Amino acid sequence: MTPAAGKDALREFYGNLKSAPGRLLETAFRTGPPATDRSRSTFVFGNVFLHLHAVRTHLWSLRWTTTLGLGIMSISAFLIALVTGVMLMFYYKPYPDAAYESMKDIAFVVPTGRLIRNLHRWSANLMVVAVILHMARAFYTAAYRKPREYNWLIGIGLLVVTLGLSFTGYLLPWDQLAYWAITIGANIAQSPREVTDALGITEYFDPGGLQRLLLLGSDEVGAEALIRFYLLHVMILPLVIAMLLAVHFWRIRKDGGLARPADADERLAGLRREETYPVFTEAPAKTYHLAAIIRGRTEHVGRGPENTVPSMPHLFYAELGVLMLTFFACMALSLVSDAPLKELANPNVPENPAKAPWYFLGLQELVSYSAFMGGIAIPAIVLLGLALIPYLDRETEGTGRWFGGPGGWPLVRFSALFGVCVPVLIEAFAIRFGWLREWFPDIPQLVVTAINPATIITAAYALFSLWSIRRFQSTRAGALALFTCFLGGFLVLTVIGTYFRGPNWVFYWSPADWPQH
Amino acid sequence: MTTTPKAGRSRLDPEPVPRRDWLGLSSLAAMGSALLFGLIGMLKLPKAAVLASPSKKFRVALPETLPPGEPFVPPGRAVAIFRDGEGVYAVSTICTHLGCVVKSVPEGFECPCHGSRFARDGEVTKGPAPRALPWFKVGLAGGLVTIDEGTVVPSGTKVAG
Repeated sequence: MTPAAGKDALREFYGNLKSAPGRLLETAFRTGPPATDRSRSTFVFGNVFLHLHAVRTHLWSLRWTTTLGLGIMSISAFLIALVTGVMLMFYYKPYPDAAYESMKDIAFVVPTGRLIRNLHRWSANLMVVAVILHMARAFYTAAYRKPREYNWLIGIGLLVVTLGLSFTGYLLPWDQLAYWAITIGANIAQSPREVTDALGITEYFDPGGLQRLLLLGSDEVGAEALIRFYLLHVMILPLVIAMLLAVHFWRIRKDGGLARPADADERLAGLRREETYPVFTEAPAKTYHLAAIIRGRTEHVGRGPENTVPSMPHLFYAELGVLMLTFFACMALSLVSDAPLKELANPNVPENPAKAPWYFLGLQELVSYSAFMGGIAIPAIVLLGLALIPYLDRETEGTGRWFGGPGGWPLVRFSALFGVCVPVLIEAFAIRFGWLREWFPDIPQLVVTAINPATIITAAYALFSLWSIRRFQSTRAGALALFTCFLGGFLVLTVIGTYFRGPNWVFYWSPADWPQH
Repeated sequence: MTTTPKAGRSRLDPEPVPRRDWLGLSSLAAMGSALLFGLIGMLKLPKAAVLASPSKKFRVALPETLPPGEPFVPPGRAVAIFRDGEGVYAVSTICTHLGCVVKSVPEGFECPCHGSRFARDGEVTKGPAPRALPWFKVGLAGGLVTIDEGTVVPSGTKVAG
């Protein structure tokens, strides 16, 4: 080797070293910067994380009022909870008493520990809110209809797992609040005994006892229960939710993107025309866009993708914006409000009042009349009803429009009024005059289980929904009525359970009136 | 795989399953049933044969001064023990509604969680509790009372010393 050649190679080496950072970016984004329509498509298509999205997004999907960003808000809250949850796992020890000590460590010893825990708690709460609102959005815009029926079911699964994640996380601090909420929760799982006992068959057929045993792994809330809840919370349910999320996202894409009204293109005509890029004019070497065309009846077949814009940057920037807003909301809440930690769990002295997390307080209010009805039967009926909606409502009118379909907004408004008034009136009656057992002390338990405020509210809602179907000659109208009533009832019962129930679950106008011990 | 139907066989007769297909199907069935039974076996995993719970039996001395018909709750236990003219008896203080520990009050017991009330003998007087508080088996030996929380006896069973 000649010295001159050696010198050249060294120069080349320095040159390569200098250009390494630039080359790194080039090699990370295989198709160059997303500057043209074509490279924007390949940017999405060639990226393992982004390719769940279509390369182009319809302008209707990007309208602020189409989704309110609620789906992205749910997944954002989940991601925040995931990251902060993993951080908490560094210090958390799932064993009675030690768990409580580690919570104290996280709050007082670990740097930023308290903030991380607050973020975890607030993102979890926000996720529950966002998931419920997201479901309401999908419902009110009739987005569950063909071909999105199955994704609606997956969504209901996600709602259940979200609530499960929150509930299992509730026990982990091992303080009084956690201990007694889980005691109540585990006994709700056992409440089918209310019926089997009344029938006298518990000895032979005891699904309630089995459910409780599987949940707690023991007769009581102890070390076994804690490790089970921990395992569910950090491993099993996150895996389940990840799988469901993957299917959920995949189906959004495969079902043709977000639901939009049949006349969406006409309604967009005067809107943001200058931002829609013509697709096939920039002479792509390959027609990547064809990859967005899928089997089946979709709006894309036989039509040019007018009114679509490249997902990069339009959709991704919108999604990032929602993620940042969600994070901002969690951070703001975490800075002003600390996650509670009460005294160490004491199995001999119940917390009074012992309250579940807020989104279960509506159920707890129903449970205070009948454990089986409020805790198992009515939630099961509600979930079944939700799951059946897309299979019963096979109409097409109003898809993609808020409160679309027969009845529309006036019906929703009236249903909201009905849905709020019925539980308020029945609760007021039960609080003022008591219920069956106060009047007839010897009444059989089965009668109390069958006839109580919880079942009466449910029956009233069902009748109202049937009336709406007849009045508007439309299943969609019945669904609108029922869903709105359900949201109204959830709201009323949650507010009563949260603000108006004090020690011994007695009604108080304000926590200031609670007796002091 | 196709087979040529034998002459003389009605076209309504089912086609004979070729041997190789039959072997494949039966091995699939064997695998399926092995998986199924394996899964059923594994489903029993979360239910331990012996539960990790403390002993249900305990022994306690009643205070000499315990007034008749007044409850005595041993520290750390969820049982109210009574002594009256007819004997000694023990009533559970775990609410039959959702498992909270009931508090002894002059009229009987009240539950802090959902407001169930019980009479002194455990009968439900108010609220959502579906059943009366159970009575537990009591044994008397040498001035001590043995309570077996695992054995429920009919309400009204009092043990005379």
